[in-house]
Amino acid sequence: MIDAAAAFFRQLAEEYPSWNFIFLYEKSQWEKVVGGFWMTVKLSAVCVVFSVVIGGVGAGMQRAKNAALRAGVASYIQFFRNTPPFVQLLFFYFALGQFTPTYSPDGWLEIPVISNVGWAVISLSFFAGAFNVEIFRAGAEAVPKSTEEAAESLGFTRLQTYGYVVLPLAFRASLPALNNNLVNLVKTTTQAFVIAVPELLYQSQTIWNDYPSAQNPMMLTLFLSYLALVSVVILGMNKWERTMRIPGYGE
Amino acid sequence: MNKTTAITVAAAFALAFAPAAAAAECKNEVWNKVQKRGKLVVGVKPDYKPWGYRSESGELVGMEIDLAKDAAAKMGVEVELVPVQSSNRMQFLEQGKIDLMIATMSDRADRRKITGIVGPNYYTSGTNLLAPKALKLRDWEQLRGKPVCGKQGAFYNQIVEQRYGAQVVAFTGNAEAKQALRDKKCIAFVYDDSSIVADLASGDWGEYEMPMATEDDNPWALAVPLAERDCVFGRFMSGMIYNWHRDGTLAELEEKWGIQPTTFLRGQKERFADWIK
Repeated sequence: MIDAAAAFFRQLAEEYPSWNFIFLYEKSQWEKVVGGFWMTVKLSAVCVVFSVVIGGVGAGMQRAKNAALRAGVASYIQFFRNTPPFVQLLFFYFALGQFTPTYSPDGWLEIPVISNVGWAVISLSFFAGAFNVEIFRAGAEAVPKSTEEAAESLGFTRLQTYGYVVLPLAFRASLPALNNNLVNLVKTTTQAFVIAVPELLYQSQTIWNDYPSAQNPMMLTLFLSYLALVSVVILGMNKWERTMRIPGYGE
Repeated sequence: MNKTTAITVAAAFALAFAPAAAAAECKNEVWNKVQKRGKLVVGVKPDYKPWGYRSESGELVGMEIDLAKDAAAKMGVEVELVPVQSSNRMQFLEQGKIDLMIATMSDRADRRKITGIVGPNYYTSGTNLLAPKALKLRDWEQLRGKPVCGKQGAFYNQIVEQRYGAQVVAFTGNAEAKQALRDKKCIAFVYDDSSIVADLASGDWGEYEMPMATEDDNPWALAVPLAERDCVFGRFMSGMIYNWHRDGTLAELEEKWGIQPTTFLRGQKERFADWIK
């Protein structure tokens, strides 16, 4: 079956030179596609988790009594939300990368402790995190003031009120907007290409550079892969939304 | 997959995506278009000194730009230069964004299927490394398992990976790859020997050298749109290249742009020499 499919695509490439699905019949190219896909999945998953955590913590800090803390969050949001992720990646990797500690496996190389993948995770998580802070803040503002006052009257501290009462309710209200932002985050991982993170776009471009005849198939593959990845994110988020539903709240 | 399905799928592809079957007769669409609008749009490199690069005033200049201007002059039209990258030059030509591509492209079998590469080849280069002198690299095998910077779009990235087990980290542009080399993120930059020689000659790379014996020497080719290859435009460019070799234009340009004289050009000049002196 697999051999037959390989033979079919080999034949297809012969007959239609611009439809060379090379990765379906050549092992080394297949490995590139699979490797790139996994890198994209891992990068997306890690960034989604970090950005949500950053969003939750940031929204909490925005409510802090300490003015410096609030100013810190505000400037963080301004910086990361108002600069393109593409520029952030370049800046982090090439500019800040020169100041991070390095180690040398052979006496010459100076491998930074934060690799290009590391910078991609940092940059993309903070980028999406900045939006998440705003999303959670909007959610927190949807929680009635009286609910907070009720918690306070029961003897909850500010932090406890936020952690046990406001955030759980705010989170539910935030899910639709969060959904959008996380979908965007998954798509933005392609920009890690610029600092040579071997994700799906990087590997696809490498393949179509080596085999120009494979460009259309690779673009089709990219398109379908992201469609599939984003669908998984959306399905997961919808399921989550349903699971966390509180009867009578937000309906 | 059974045969019927295979045929159905193939038929679907044929209907949906197949380019028009190779035209038997020449339509010369691009050639006529160029004549009509009085302008030849040529894709050239903006970052490959001294073949195609930006001068200090931001203008595109270089050996290949001179060739492009000469071709336009012989056609009797204006020239418009469009900067292209290794990774998009063939697509620009395919999509008609440029009429002609003279962009340091190595002549590869796979590329001939997509672009109208015409002979003879006008230049050549091979694969070598820009590496720090301190490392004393002498053998390609020393790259095994080491990070090596490269540029997206170079055909030899894959060769260096497969033959010598180097880990090629390919950046989108030369500038990023060279910066990564200076930052010691990789032990060498794998690139065309001709370009490395030019870099070393520029004096900015004092602590670096080109240590290897050049490998995979590969002639360069210019290209017209595939449909024009065996028609007026392709034949015209073939004639241009032939004369550039024969009358020594290429060798002169090499000298003008301070490129080390190559044996390739000398050989080609002899090959195409006129028997009447």
